Amino acid sequence: MNKPLRRIAIFCGFLILTLLIRDNWLQYVKADSLKEDPKNRRVLIARYAIPRGDIIVGGNPITGHAETTSGDFKFKRTYKDGAMWAPVTGFVSQAYGANQLESIEDGILSGTDDRLFFRNTLDMITGKDKEGGNVVTTLNAAAQKAAYAGLKKQGGKGAVAAIEPSTGKILALASFPSYDPSTIAGGSTSDEEAWKKLQKKNNPDDPMLNRALREVYPPGSTFKVVTAAAALEDGLYKTADEKTNSPDPWVMKGTTTKLPNEGNIPCENATLRVALQWSCNTVFGKIGSDLGNDKMLEEAKKFGFTEEQFTPVRTSASVFSDDMNPSQTALSSIGQFNTAATPLQMAMVASAVANDGTLMKPYMVDEVQTHNLDPLEKTTPEEMSKPLSAENAQILQSMMETVVEDGTGKKAQIEGAKVGGKTGTAQHGVENSENPYAWFISYAKLDDGSSPVAVAVVIEDDEAVRDDISGGGLAAPIAKSVMEAVIDSKK
Amino acid sequence: MSSTTNSPTHHTSTIGAIGAPSRRNTELALLVFAVVIPVFAYANVGLAINDEVPAGLLSYGIGLGLLAGIGHLAVRKFAPYADPLLLPLATLLNGLGLVAIWRLDQSKLLQSLPTYITAAPRQLLYTALGIALFVVVLIFLKDHRVLQRYTYISMFVALVLLLLPLVPGLGADVFGAKIWIRVPGLGSVQPGEFAKIVLAVFFAGYLMVKRDALALASRRFMGLYLPRGRDLGPILVVWAMSILILIFETDLGTSLLFFGMFVIMLYVATERTSWIVFGLLMSAVGAVGVASFESHIQQRVDAWLDPMREYTLSQQGVWGHSEQAMQALWAFGSGGTLGTGWGQGHSELIRFAANSDFILATFGEELGLAGVMALLLLYALIVERGVRTALAARDPFGKLLAIGLSGAFALQVFVVAGGVMGLIPLTGMTMPFLAYGGSSVLANWALIGILMRISDTARRPAPAPAPNPDAEMTQVVRPS
Repeated sequence: MNKPLRRIAIFCGFLILTLLIRDNWLQYVKADSLKEDPKNRRVLIARYAIPRGDIIVGGNPITGHAETTSGDFKFKRTYKDGAMWAPVTGFVSQAYGANQLESIEDGILSGTDDRLFFRNTLDMITGKDKEGGNVVTTLNAAAQKAAYAGLKKQGGKGAVAAIEPSTGKILALASFPSYDPSTIAGGSTSDEEAWKKLQKKNNPDDPMLNRALREVYPPGSTFKVVTAAAALEDGLYKTADEKTNSPDPWVMKGTTTKLPNEGNIPCENATLRVALQWSCNTVFGKIGSDLGNDKMLEEAKKFGFTEEQFTPVRTSASVFSDDMNPSQTALSSIGQFNTAATPLQMAMVASAVANDGTLMKPYMVDEVQTHNLDPLEKTTPEEMSKPLSAENAQILQSMMETVVEDGTGKKAQIEGAKVGGKTGTAQHGVENSENPYAWFISYAKLDDGSSPVAVAVVIEDDEAVRDDISGGGLAAPIAKSVMEAVIDSKK
Repeated sequence: MSSTTNSPTHHTSTIGAIGAPSRRNTELALLVFAVVIPVFAYANVGLAINDEVPAGLLSYGIGLGLLAGIGHLAVRKFAPYADPLLLPLATLLNGLGLVAIWRLDQSKLLQSLPTYITAAPRQLLYTALGIALFVVVLIFLKDHRVLQRYTYISMFVALVLLLLPLVPGLGADVFGAKIWIRVPGLGSVQPGEFAKIVLAVFFAGYLMVKRDALALASRRFMGLYLPRGRDLGPILVVWAMSILILIFETDLGTSLLFFGMFVIMLYVATERTSWIVFGLLMSAVGAVGVASFESHIQQRVDAWLDPMREYTLSQQGVWGHSEQAMQALWAFGSGGTLGTGWGQGHSELIRFAANSDFILATFGEELGLAGVMALLLLYALIVERGVRTALAARDPFGKLLAIGLSGAFALQVFVVAGGVMGLIPLTGMTMPFLAYGGSSVLANWALIGILMRISDTARRPAPAPAPNPDAEMTQVVRPS
């Protein structure tokens, strides 16, 4: 019986050998692809196993981390003043992934970025625990606070964007109503409930929408600044104080419709200064119509319209249409018809004017660094375009300053600084049935001629009485407090 | 028989009684390793998970040491010539299994599951019972040939054991496979594990008697000896039984195990290759035939062919699909060559049955390719010692029983490890000694006990012949 026994022994050896080969296939040949398979939960477990790096504003982290008590993800994100900072940070959630800055800078924050390789290796050698790097933002805590507090006090939906004109640094990005990303950072059932409540289908206020970057509103009269810039650049009008060729009432070209002005204001053949001061629809509508669709579009594009901006968080593209007839161009040139802009876009308009015609690329990440603050990469300010010449920019500045000194924007005046601004009241809804948006864009200039801040504020308010809504009344005070906060923090 | 070669005098029956090495001291030395290695592993898990040496380390070490010591003393007393490797190998696997089970007990994820029980203390109890059973086998089974008397009783017992899970009210359906019974007060029992041993006894007894008829009465056809029609009876019966197990208990592994064991023993008994050919044909026909209409088997095959699809379906909440197969593959892959180290993997993601059917995946992740290969070689060594015992056995019944038990053991390791590693479709069986489960631990300790009894009988020196009165006389009348 021994011969078959030996053969059975060989057979058993063959069984074990097959297992050994299979094991080598699994754990050697296929090991890496199995290990890094995104569906393999270990990838996420590793990601949440180390304390996430922080997002920093003015030297202080606005984020943190906490050890979770349940589940297999060790750390979860926490936020300080989460609702206020949500438009800056976005969220990172164990259950729902990440968005905006948390997502874009995830490599640094979660410690997997190649730029952290040296630090990570050093930590490994010295026996320290791995940690994510930090993202230092350009934001100004005081300005952000002023913006969010202003929106909250006002109570309606709205947004604020503020930029430093000379660099493009984003100083404030506020959106209201907002949400606290801390509530959805974990993976528990309470996070799930909070997430569900924040979804647009369950919450008509859509608190997770970043209105400062991702919502476009008809800019209304604030767009007249762009139209004025186009008129000056084209040479249609060369100064602020020459009479324009503007009948009042003005019948839009190709139609029999009169473009109305709001109230009884001195618009007939008004100078650009006066027209901006009183926000004359007839003057700027006719300028748009005279310049034509192409020239208006070209100027709008120079200010950043029609393109998404990457701050690095992506913004929605602001809209200025092409292929419009003269009357549509006229309406578009006073910020109606299809024209729509993000609050950041309108802040860029004010900032380009304040920066003597040069538009700086807006950005919110100043520096990325290792967890022990060694810098890895610093953003250098970058010129994006030159929508208007320095002379024309100064003409436009003087016009906008008149608006604040002696026009619709008086509520934005700041003692010790020169403020230029423009109000806007944009109609929307079918037959203008819904409450208008109240806009205010402005910049502040200090005595030394430098301009530390440009800001745009938009408020959509269902509850306010229609007549009360005007950029000057609702939005200008918020813009003022943001500008003051920036100026004060410079001192 | 190399174990006897260093004692050349052994072959002459007159003076063989003294001097044959029992190898008990070798066994003791190996047992020290078999206890110390799991104790270190245990400390390792504690340090990795809780940053401290587990509080129970000393009692665990002493407990495992005591159990191994009792086993060893029983072998010294009742089977002094038994194979010296089997007991240390089984102890090492059992100890490592305990560590892995305790490690999985620490997982918060598994603790949150409704099916969670603290498994390690129970497994320690099963181990104690298993070693007790091992000792009982050594004490009461003085000679394995006694089992020959119970050939047909064994058949009956095996049939009952195999059919028990089908009894309404007794059987339990665990994830499709109906290979469990629920005994009130005892919990779940897997009768198939015990049936494995009892069936081996029956096959050995039966084949020993019938081997000549099965081997010789045959016609030659195309180079193969074809058995007579009536001699095909037994193999057809066993085949039909396997098919019935496959259909009614829907477990491919159990079915394959029993049929494979029978074919191996039949081949050894008759030395006719034709039986192997028949066996392979019949199992292929049976497996394909059943798989074509049994949806549970089909699903296992589908899950094996495309584990990712199975995973996706389970994540979508489609009923009856399981993420386990894919999770096990991820665990192996994430372990890589050297593994994450004890307590640092995430094999708990397998969730259900992570510490039983899928326990090999925990070793794969935490000990890596190196660890799993070592484990597989430990199993290979057990099988090798079993085959060597069969070779050394002097009686056909012992040879058949030993090869049946070791062949079944090898098949079980292959079916389970192959299933977990995605080499073949998953089955509901468990890795011997490593996996959590009382039936498995008890049955496999009994199996080791029987193998050691056979090897003891085989290696035991023949008793000195009775004094020959004639010889005495001759000496007396020698001329001076």
